[in-house]
Amino acid sequence: MSKGERATRSEQCPAITFNVNGEIRIVNVPPMKRLLDVLREDLHLTGTKEGCGEGECGSCSVRMNGELVNSCLVPVLQAEGAEIQTVEGLALHGDLHPLQKAFLEHGGAQCGICTPGMLMAAAQLLDQNPHPGIVQIREALAGNLCRCTGFIRIFESVAEATKLANAHLATESTSGQLRDARREVPHAR
Amino acid sequence: MSTPAKTRVVGASVPRKEGVDKLMGRACYVDDIEREGMWHGATVRSGIPRGLIRSITFDRRIDWSEFAIVTAADIPGENCIQLIVADQPCVADGKVNHCEEAILLLAHPDKHKLREAVSAVQIEYEPLPAIFTIEESERQDVIVWGADNLLKSFLLEKGDIDSAWAGAAHIVEGEYRTGAQEHLYIENQGMIAEYSAKSGVTVWGSLQCPYYVFKALRPVFDLPEDKIRVIQTETGGAFGGKEDYPSIIACHAALLAMKSGHPVKMVYDRMEDLAATTKRHPSRVRHRTALDRDGKLLAMEIDLATDGGAYATLSSTVLSRATLHSTGPYLCPNIRARATSWATNYIPYGAFRGFGAPQAIFAMERHMDEIAAALAIDPVELRRRNFLHVGDNNATEQQMREPVILDQLLDRALKESDYHARRAQFARDNPASAIKRGLGIAAFYHGSGFTGSGEVYLNSQAGIDLTPEGKVRVLASNTEFGQGTNTVLTQVAAEALGIDYAAVSMASPDTGIVPNSGPTVASRTSMVVGRIIERAASQLLALLREHAGLGSTYTQRDFFAACQRYRASHGEVVSLCRYEAPPGIVWDDQKYHGEAYGASAWAVYVAQVAVDTVTYSAEVEDFWAVQEVGRVIHPVMAAGQVEGGIAQGIGYALYEKVVWQDGRMANNQMTNYIMPTAQDVPPIHVYFEQIPFRYGGFGAKGIGELPHDGPAPAILNAIRDATGVAFNAIPLLPEDLYAGLVATEEMAPR
Repeated sequence: MSKGERATRSEQCPAITFNVNGEIRIVNVPPMKRLLDVLREDLHLTGTKEGCGEGECGSCSVRMNGELVNSCLVPVLQAEGAEIQTVEGLALHGDLHPLQKAFLEHGGAQCGICTPGMLMAAAQLLDQNPHPGIVQIREALAGNLCRCTGFIRIFESVAEATKLANAHLATESTSGQLRDARREVPHAR
Repeated sequence: MSTPAKTRVVGASVPRKEGVDKLMGRACYVDDIEREGMWHGATVRSGIPRGLIRSITFDRRIDWSEFAIVTAADIPGENCIQLIVADQPCVADGKVNHCEEAILLLAHPDKHKLREAVSAVQIEYEPLPAIFTIEESERQDVIVWGADNLLKSFLLEKGDIDSAWAGAAHIVEGEYRTGAQEHLYIENQGMIAEYSAKSGVTVWGSLQCPYYVFKALRPVFDLPEDKIRVIQTETGGAFGGKEDYPSIIACHAALLAMKSGHPVKMVYDRMEDLAATTKRHPSRVRHRTALDRDGKLLAMEIDLATDGGAYATLSSTVLSRATLHSTGPYLCPNIRARATSWATNYIPYGAFRGFGAPQAIFAMERHMDEIAAALAIDPVELRRRNFLHVGDNNATEQQMREPVILDQLLDRALKESDYHARRAQFARDNPASAIKRGLGIAAFYHGSGFTGSGEVYLNSQAGIDLTPEGKVRVLASNTEFGQGTNTVLTQVAAEALGIDYAAVSMASPDTGIVPNSGPTVASRTSMVVGRIIERAASQLLALLREHAGLGSTYTQRDFFAACQRYRASHGEVVSLCRYEAPPGIVWDDQKYHGEAYGASAWAVYVAQVAVDTVTYSAEVEDFWAVQEVGRVIHPVMAAGQVEGGIAQGIGYALYEKVVWQDGRMANNQMTNYIMPTAQDVPPIHVYFEQIPFRYGGFGAKGIGELPHDGPAPAILNAIRDATGVAFNAIPLLPEDLYAGLVATEEMAPR
């Protein structure tokens, strides 16, 4: 790691270009730097959290080319040309996303550290299945650990969000174009 | 039962105060913060459980001139982390007593250089014999702490136990064990520290108790109070794990800041956090119980022992709470509970939601089912015959003056879970099925607030002020870490002041701003601090009426106008109050006698468990939780506390095992320390019976810890109901189920 890091921000690092929350971003960082660290350190998008660094807790979940990924397991070189959505890109024009509204109202967030990843996993689910049942919700969130809530209020929040605004989700979703650009990336569990 | 008084804000599920920031990803946790010129810190740890440091060698491959290096010699004041007993060094000085002891601290501008540097420090030791079990510590062949390894002991006595055995119709004995449990907050521990000769030490960090960290920093730096400042950052879960350990990281980061001349951030990664920080105390509890012919308790003899780890930390107070919860919610005339906490060479065990009560209640409630089996009485009926009622004297001879509604809670739990019909159904279905189902019950209480004279000793101060911008602000050092402090305390203030919830904010949890309203522990915030805020609000209204012309009825606009008039004529608008004990609270610390808790929360939980006799897995399929926690201030958050506590309790019972290898945690990863996921939690049905407690904030009692107390015994009782086999130790993993069930099959007549 230290060998690669010595080259941080030097001209030897190739420029990597990707789209984050609708904006084109160019970074000069070592290609094996974790997407998580690039988002947090280079782009100052600290909404994405690190919980375990080994793809178990899902706190660092972001959406990349229509897939949910653990950004701690994605070397940034794999993000070249990708479309990435983080929690900062969830609210539209300052309005809370239906999931954010539902989490706020139904107690889906307590300490808040798993929340960004949980929201991204839930957004991914609703994108693929606008009317999930409890079985699908449990399965979709199984890769995101929450130690505060016992998950019950998160399930309720997600179920409520589906009722709140499927229309909103449909207009906001970029799933069509993202799916076309799907490439091989580590999947979130 | 009295009906709660009509309120506008209290009792309403208002939006979490800091909720939008958390949902937008804007909330600032310690690792999200950068300071100008900031370096990063790391810890070189012992790696052996006990020994003398012989030499420290720095590998020449590393350019050490780039690093700031702190040893014990760099500590300007006392080399000690102050808590209850001053036995734990801040940085090891010559000897080590557990595998994760800090020996050196390193800081460097590039955090990626630290890992290699940590491994490039070689330490040679003269190893000393180490001990790893309660039994080894009790034998005292090897003394690792003090004169006798005994960190603390308590003796609780009621009646005349020795003469009670002779008249007993039944005597039932049992031994119960619980393992270590990791908090597994999703945000690892971390701190940022700055140091300057002029302003002293400032730390920002993930923590529960700003004034604990404050008290720990002072002696280490030998600085006056005005040169220490502690600020809590948004904290991503704690559960007791950020009660005492943050003092260590704060001291370490601050020492590195002083040595390097730069702000220093120390954030543990998951493996370091799991290996080095505190866990729940393992326990061994032995019960010997005498009953009469009707199943009424005559005598209870309890021997409760905990493993405290290498230093005293909070083991004495955890043991105290364990002792005071060891006899369950039952009436018994003769009691002797002897409790001891023993030193070993593990990391020090610490506070974890429940604080000794889950261990004691596991033993008591598991034992009740063994008594029921021995006497051939239904477990429900045995409990009902022995419940405490109003007017009874409990184990410390505290007379139950507040309402005790255990019968009502039990009835509700039976009804909601359809207990009798389900059990009958399982009795019919189980013989022909590889999946055996059962129901288990636990009845219990959790004392709210500090034990005994603790709250008087804390002498908490909290209140309300008006900011220069004219906003109402709650002043308290109680912290938010998910459980809802910000929301509940501002609800209480808004209600008492007669203004909108949105018009009240929380002051930053910064020792430079807020008074010491005590630690955020012991299920005390809503009840104890809420009550102080409520009184401070009344006091503020009285001031405004007397000096600023506030009328007997007023609008929010009138209120703020009165505040401005008061400010113009009297200066600062601030109202602070101190804790006032409810009347009649008398506690004898020596005899363990009197009112241990001003109030307790009460509960009856029912678990439905399915045991698969092919795969030997146990799954909690359904869960009912009925409790009385006083007035419920925020129904959604209160239910969230109960559900989250039950999920942790399920993990405690069935999943979460700390594997030790030569004194080190071997499974210090989320990959192999397994907590319940979204796929593992059952439906959880939560019910509150509300009896406002007149000395709690708007009638609140404690809630946070209660839900961790009941699940483990309820689940193991359900497994006994399903299989007929008594499992008396947790965690109960499939291999343990296999061993127990196979052993029983082999013994059974064919």
